[in-house]
Amino acid sequence: MKPVFRNLDDGPQVLIRFDGQEISLPEGANLAAALLAAGISRFRGTMVSGASRGPFCMMGACYDCLVELDGVTRQACQMRVEAGMDLRSGGADV
Amino acid sequence: MYDLLIIGAGPAGMAAASTAAQHGLTVAVLDEQPAPGGQIYRGITETGPRRAVILGTDYLEGAALAEGLAASRADVIQGAAVWDICTGIPFTVTYSCNGAPAHLNARALILATGALERPVPIPGWTLPGVMTAGAGQILLKASGVLPENAVLAGSGPLLYLLAVQMARAGMPPLALVETQSRADLLRALPKLPRALRGWRTLLKGMGLLAELRRHGIRRYQGAKDLAVEGRDQAEALSFSVGGTRHRIVAGTILLHQGVVPNTQITRALRLDHLWHAGQRAFLPQTDDWGETSQPFLFVAGDGAGISGAKAAASAGRLVVLQAAHRLGRIDSLLLEEESTTDFRALSAERSVRPFLEAAYPVPASILKPADTTIVCRCEEVTAGQIRGWARAGAMGPNQLKAFGRPGMGPCQGRYCGLTTTELLAEVHGTTPATVGLARLRAPLKPVTLGELAALHPKDD
Ligand SMILES: Cc1cc2nc3c(=O)[nH]c(=O)nc-3n(C[C@H](O)[C@H](O)[C@H](O)COP(=O)(O)OP(=O)(O)OC[C@H]3O[C@@H](n4cnc5c(N)ncnc54)[C@H](O)[C@@H]3O)c2cc1C
Ligand code: FES
Repeated sequence: MKPVFRNLDDGPQVLIRFDGQEISLPEGANLAAALLAAGISRFRGTMVSGASRGPFCMMGACYDCLVELDGVTRQACQMRVEAGMDLRSGGADV
Repeated sequence: MYDLLIIGAGPAGMAAASTAAQHGLTVAVLDEQPAPGGQIYRGITETGPRRAVILGTDYLEGAALAEGLAASRADVIQGAAVWDICTGIPFTVTYSCNGAPAHLNARALILATGALERPVPIPGWTLPGVMTAGAGQILLKASGVLPENAVLAGSGPLLYLLAVQMARAGMPPLALVETQSRADLLRALPKLPRALRGWRTLLKGMGLLAELRRHGIRRYQGAKDLAVEGRDQAEALSFSVGGTRHRIVAGTILLHQGVVPNTQITRALRLDHLWHAGQRAFLPQTDDWGETSQPFLFVAGDGAGISGAKAAASAGRLVVLQAAHRLGRIDSLLLEEESTTDFRALSAERSVRPFLEAAYPVPASILKPADTTIVCRCEEVTAGQIRGWARAGAMGPNQLKAFGRPGMGPCQGRYCGLTTTELLAEVHGTTPATVGLARLRAPLKPVTLGELAALHPKDD
């Protein structure tokens, strides 16, 4: 079953890209929460086996929500949505 | 130079900061989240009326603490992740804010960094779609986002709270799969009389259970052999109750087995720690006031031992009073006068814990998972590998590094440290206290070379 996350609030949306796919997300929202609500569950593959991972702790502790922005690997749960972000799923470790 | 630096803006840190400012201390608060509140009061300064109804009155108690912080003269720096601390007088705390490093000095330091979810290593717990119950709460509090068709699994009062909050939001979980049994409750009963001192907490728990029933949320108790099924994504939770295997199809599975103190900083500073058998976790050793083995370094809140949000706020006020006293700002008469109420409150809050610990024990199969289960999420190390390395001669977590990389990924053992210690203790027939936890080193968070370079001594 696909996970479905629903957003209780609504606000102005902006466009971002995730692995080339254009997605509309609420501006200023927590990035990991917004991506989940947009139907994205796989944020990265692990270094060791390439296994899929997505947000686990939402508090900056587990590093499973890594994404790449402008060549820098960062924790999506510690970022906010900004218009025009060009994100890639985090392949490797930090 | 500040009189006092506080790391963490949860109930402990917020209460500490406003008390410090009231007593005329110069104080700064550093917190890595974008707004104050900590874990329980996440997003408290940004919550609209609709979300307030869903989250309940307990949550709204955080508003007073946040207002106290805002009204105080404390310098509050949000989005600041602390990754290094030099002890001594003064203390130097290094943090990064938006990728830019900086440091601050202070005469006394308070660590109010709270708790982490206890790891719940079961088959499939690394799949996308599996999150901690705390993560589910953070999604709701900070973002107003909730999963549909979720299953909540594990044990502890936080699961009831989350289930009720989800139901109030119109998205009740499919089921609550609980690992504790009636036998656990019976075993906990002798601890009930003492727990009655904290009757408010108990009453709240009963209120939550009644609300769960009203919402018709399905509960399974005494569940064993929990496993998440799925290839690239969680697809179902399976478990056994009394010999019958159940399977619930769900895309989101929220796990919980209580929370444990976040000891990253106190361990990196090589402070003394104690093993708490009831909480099955390590706590930094402190005196009654929260001062550690390092003079002028204090720990307050869940980071010093799990006692909940009310206790955290009391402890936050108490450590500041003692720090002010130690810095010569208040005399012993005032110290005693100002601290009586909070000491009493703290002791009432703590009296409930032994009952809760016994009623919601962590199952042995989760403390010491089966061989094929992944323990270290970062490096994908299984319980079987750790047992093997232990049998091959690794006595403690630091020696495991000669064999593999458990605990050496970016999370620095936050979600595998306790499990690794339990497994080593099992193989060597000893206690977790003897095995201990792995040694940690700064940086406490992965930092880029650019951040390190920006701190080059010549810029100091
Ligand atoms: C995910 C989660 C959800 C919880 N939800 C509830 C709940 O709904 N109800 C309840 O009663 N209890 C809840 N708890 C239990 C909780 O621990 C306490 O009730 C309460 O929040 C403890 O307060 P505190 O001030 O000790 O720490 P916290 O509230 O945890 O605050 C600690 C703060 O320190 C900051 N911090 C930590 N490390 C660093 C660092 N290196 N640099 C900078 N800042 C740092 C964190 O960002 C955080 O804001 C939850 C626990 C967790 C882990
Ligand atoms: S979800 Fe754990 S670090 Fe972001």
